[in-house]
Amino acid sequence: MTGTFLCVFRRDIALALRRKSEALNTLVFFVIVTSLFPLGIGAEPNLLREIAPGILWVAALLAALLSLARLFEPDYADGTLEQMALVGDPFPLIVLAKIGAHWVMTGLPLTLLAPLIALQFALPGDSILLLFLTLLIGTPVLSLLGAIAAALTLGLRGGGVLSALLVLPLYIPLLIFGAGATGAAAAGLGAQSHLLLLGAFLLTSAALAPWATASALRIALD
Amino acid sequence: MLEADNLECVRGERRLFSGLSFGIGPGELVHLSGENGSGKTSLLRILCGLHTPSAGTVRWRGRSITATDDEYHRELVFIGHLNGIKDELTPLENLAIADTLAGAAPDEGQLLGALGSCGVAACADLPARHLSQGQRRRVALARLALSEATPLWILDEPFNALDTAAVAQVQALLVKHVLTGGMVILTSHLELAIDGARVRQIDLDQQRRPA
Repeated sequence: MTGTFLCVFRRDIALALRRKSEALNTLVFFVIVTSLFPLGIGAEPNLLREIAPGILWVAALLAALLSLARLFEPDYADGTLEQMALVGDPFPLIVLAKIGAHWVMTGLPLTLLAPLIALQFALPGDSILLLFLTLLIGTPVLSLLGAIAAALTLGLRGGGVLSALLVLPLYIPLLIFGAGATGAAAAGLGAQSHLLLLGAFLLTSAALAPWATASALRIALD
Repeated sequence: MLEADNLECVRGERRLFSGLSFGIGPGELVHLSGENGSGKTSLLRILCGLHTPSAGTVRWRGRSITATDDEYHRELVFIGHLNGIKDELTPLENLAIADTLAGAAPDEGQLLGALGSCGVAACADLPARHLSQGQRRRVALARLALSEATPLWILDEPFNALDTAAVAQVQALLVKHVLTGGMVILTSHLELAIDGARVRQIDLDQQRRPA
């Protein structure tokens, strides 16, 4: 079972590395969006500091949406997805490996880059650290929940828009708690409750999303 | 070993076949035929468990395949009309991944041997996007050379895009598999030249009922 998981995980990373432009797409999108705000708003440190977490989170969310369409579509088109559905190991495990690789290639680079971008918004050090933490816990959830929507709309024309509509309601609580953590800490309330809630989102979606996604993929293959 | 019991398949408004029952045991080859759109691919996908029949069951070793999902899939090789080849990866990598997912731990020599048996060892290190349709098909079929221990092979038009030499090579693989107690179910428009094996023809055109 671990062999299957690692095989699919490595395969997806290798594929992403051979399509570098595609892998860089989401990261470039994230950097452009977040860098345009300080330029557009101008040198108002207080305002920037206040909106920074929200902007970084919204940009991360949109970057995830942008990358979702490519999560299962290429494998579906060339028949490798149906081969994976016929492997003698649980299909949700394979799906989890694919989601994990997706996060490593999209969510993780974006999270690692976020502290650097946060400097443009004049965020203080502890806020940057907190923002980094929320993204580190939150971006895997973006991949996990997004995978369900991507699987449900697989093979549909115009599936991208539908997938966004499906997943946005699920993303919104994440956005509120993720972006709210820094504000709460700055107001002296402490961010612990926000972080705990994000952690709960992560655990719940990690436990349930692979199964939901696998069932949706089986329907798409039927 | 594999039994199809009273299968029915409805696509949209059309009933492709109904009341279809047959079985296959060790050392047998089933050759499905029928005109385009007669439901050959649908039937193969039902037998793999990818598609749910509108009625009827498929049993493997006496148990319904929906109950034995993972165990059944370990004893099955399915090659559909899509090759399942990643364009960005080389044939060698494609084959290694397919074989690892099938539960084996192949070394490079075995993989090259399998590619060689289908005549594509020379392009083993070329990204698959540079290969022709026929070469991709050969890479997909090279899995068969590594899957001799897997009892059931289900092949959807395996000879598509292949030249005569490759058709002969693949048929040799099929004969060897059947003669060593394996089972093959395939669709093909070609006449099969398979000696010494029990070949059963199932014509789906005779199974169709007006909807």
